[in-house]
Amino acid sequence: MKVDHSLPLEYSTEENQLKILGFWIFIGAEIMLFATLFATYFTLENRTGNGPTGAEIFEIAPVILETILLLTSSFTIGLGVHAMRLGRKKAMMGFFIVTLVLGLGFLGVEIFEFMTYAHEGAGIQTSAFTSILLTTLGTHGAHVTVGLFWGLFILIQVKKRGLTPETGNKSFIFSLYWHFLDVVWIFIFSFIYLKGLL
Amino acid sequence: MEFFERFAIPHPSIAIYASMVAAGLTLIAVLAGLTYFKKWGYLWREWITTVDHKRIGIMYLISALLMLFRGGVDAIMMRAQLAVPDNKLLDSQHYNEIFTTHGVVMILFMAMPFIIFFMNFVIPLQIGARDVAFPRLNALSFWLFFMGAMLFNISFMVGGSPDAGWTSYFPLADTDSVGTNYYMIAIQIAGIGTLMTGINFMTTILKMRAPGMTLMKMPMFTWSAFIANVIIVFAFPVLTVALAFGTMDQLFGTQFFTLDNGGMAMLWANLFWVWGHPEVYILILPAFGIYSEIISTFSKRNLYGYKSMVASMVLISVLSFVVWAHHFFTMGQGAMANSIFSITTMAIAVPTGVKIFNWILTLWKGKIEFTTPMLYSILFIPLFTLGGVTGVMLAMSAADYQYHNTMFLVAHFHNVIIPGVVFAMLAGLTYYWPKMFGFMLNERIGKWTAWLLSIGFLLAFMPMYVTGLDGQARRMYTYSESTGFGPMNMVSFVGAAIMAIGFVLIVYNIYYSVRYASRDISADPWDARTLEWATHTPVPHYNFAITPEVASSEAYWDYKKKNHELYKGDYEKIHMPNNSGIPFVMSCIFFGWGFSLIFSLWIPAIITTIGIFVCMTLRSFEKDHGHYVSVKEIEDTESELRGA
Repeated sequence: MKVDHSLPLEYSTEENQLKILGFWIFIGAEIMLFATLFATYFTLENRTGNGPTGAEIFEIAPVILETILLLTSSFTIGLGVHAMRLGRKKAMMGFFIVTLVLGLGFLGVEIFEFMTYAHEGAGIQTSAFTSILLTTLGTHGAHVTVGLFWGLFILIQVKKRGLTPETGNKSFIFSLYWHFLDVVWIFIFSFIYLKGLL
Repeated sequence: MEFFERFAIPHPSIAIYASMVAAGLTLIAVLAGLTYFKKWGYLWREWITTVDHKRIGIMYLISALLMLFRGGVDAIMMRAQLAVPDNKLLDSQHYNEIFTTHGVVMILFMAMPFIIFFMNFVIPLQIGARDVAFPRLNALSFWLFFMGAMLFNISFMVGGSPDAGWTSYFPLADTDSVGTNYYMIAIQIAGIGTLMTGINFMTTILKMRAPGMTLMKMPMFTWSAFIANVIIVFAFPVLTVALAFGTMDQLFGTQFFTLDNGGMAMLWANLFWVWGHPEVYILILPAFGIYSEIISTFSKRNLYGYKSMVASMVLISVLSFVVWAHHFFTMGQGAMANSIFSITTMAIAVPTGVKIFNWILTLWKGKIEFTTPMLYSILFIPLFTLGGVTGVMLAMSAADYQYHNTMFLVAHFHNVIIPGVVFAMLAGLTYYWPKMFGFMLNERIGKWTAWLLSIGFLLAFMPMYVTGLDGQARRMYTYSESTGFGPMNMVSFVGAAIMAIGFVLIVYNIYYSVRYASRDISADPWDARTLEWATHTPVPHYNFAITPEVASSEAYWDYKKKNHELYKGDYEKIHMPNNSGIPFVMSCIFFGWGFSLIFSLWIPAIITTIGIFVCMTLRSFEKDHGHYVSVKEIEDTESELRGA
């Protein structure tokens, strides 16, 4: 494996470069996936049947909390990647742990939010609106959940194997994924919650 | 007892029981044969765990050919049922299941893998690469496709097939039977594999081209495949979501496509065709690429209008995403929407026409050799144009009220798919056969096949235009004598039978050529123009001993005729990926996952879901950087291949 030390760790081998490009293309596919969910949401948002409307069930406080947690975690993972490039393993691991804890916090609030919805009679079977609402939020939440496990496994590998081109590459790709989830959340926040509350 | 009832077929018939026995016996014979000849280890080491793009390609080919015959049997049964009025061969339910599986199998489990076979086998060779960007992901793509296809194929023996057409419109598809579950989940599993293929090949083509091969010096097939992969990456996620909605409606009682509580059945039609229309261009563009290679090779000329070929494909790929609503002109979307989609649909004829003219102008002044692949390509031009013209007829939304849901439509899409895609696949198969297996297919039998398929095709589908305009509805399982459709449908049946003979001849050709064809052929038996012919036959597992250097889209032709130097420098050790069993094991778990969901077996479904994630985790922790092929080994392999 040829390693080019003039490049950042995550780009330093040919295999790494391929993986990063491949992941960008994968994000392209993910954008299409979420775009389809949003398009469906806009189609169905007023088709509430006998169930509640968005304005009736949305609450701003937990959503703001979720937003703060996720946006902060996107910042801390950026610091983590920066630390990785400087070769500071401990700092990098620290920032990644903070990121994952913030992600876990986000997930906790979201689960609490879903329970509230269910309590208010807005389950996934209630109406077309609640089906697409919970599916869109749930798809994002499932991505966060997968991300938590993924990040944990990368942390274990960094701890055991140190910062190599391979673990650096994995950490960087994971950070792309995490930033992407943040971007999706901004759309959810703006076009589902704010639009629904206004 | 109730537990087992859901696995029973709801509408049994003797034909189904007979095919169950046949399938069972075939399975036993294969297992016994493998054991008797002690081939289990060989199968596992050399094929099931392989990450070699050429072998994965050949496995795609075998799957596609098998599915071609399954879909073909469905087709023959349909034509036989309709051959005479008031026929009692099949009942209505059975007929519904057959036309549904025919459509799904032919598009998704036959044409798609056939196209992906070409991508796998040809692209790395054509761009001078050693393998695809992510070899193990490639293996996973194949096995996911394979498991999805197998899951779909057992539907008629376990639980019952889907019966709402390949478009599976809700609420028609929304039934208590498991057929729709099969449709939603089997296609989902195969679709995930296809999406990963798209990502893999986009990366491969962007990053792994030989030195000197700029984008505008890529061979035309690679270009066409690249654009098809871009369409895959943008279209398949839509299908993923649509199928997930459908699955949730079926299994968890959500309200996406229901008729009350706000559900919207039309949403399915939209999502399905936002994927479904680009899908036909995923199939046709690589087919166009294959024709471009073949026509240029056997005209002994470079392809006319290379840049306009590329531009037209890019334009087609964009237009393919803005025409989907022409599939429901008659479902009440209003004059404005109909007009817009009518115009965008007709616009596709323009870049397609550019391509047709380019092929004709390549033939013009060419020294044409009438080989079998060339015969298919030349038959393709008029036959496909005929289908294109009826396509423009259908694109007129006002006139579509007459054509809609009649045999006219069925005739149109078979008229583009068969000469467009199927002929290209058979032409490409004949063309690349010597590169794969080291001997040529018999030309005489090959030409007979091409003519039989063309004549059979015309007899089978031209009458449908007529009966369609007369009002014979599609998907109608029988009709009365007074309609007057009888004679034309009999002609169709004869045509279908002639096509069936053509397909059997392909099998015979393979058998005949395996036995009698000369093994003493060069690496370049067709006097071809692109890089895949510049390496040995059989192709060594590392493809090229020295990475070729390229100066035009026809590097090998320049090497032969203009003293272009392909290989500079000495042998260096080559990095290659290791084989892995994980893709196969993970796909088997996916099969179990799909089966559990189809029959609402929740505990196995949870276990298999965990299993899938465990596989991904294991893969993440695995330390595998592949291996190196030493210079000594390359020298030995090369001298052996040259000596042979």
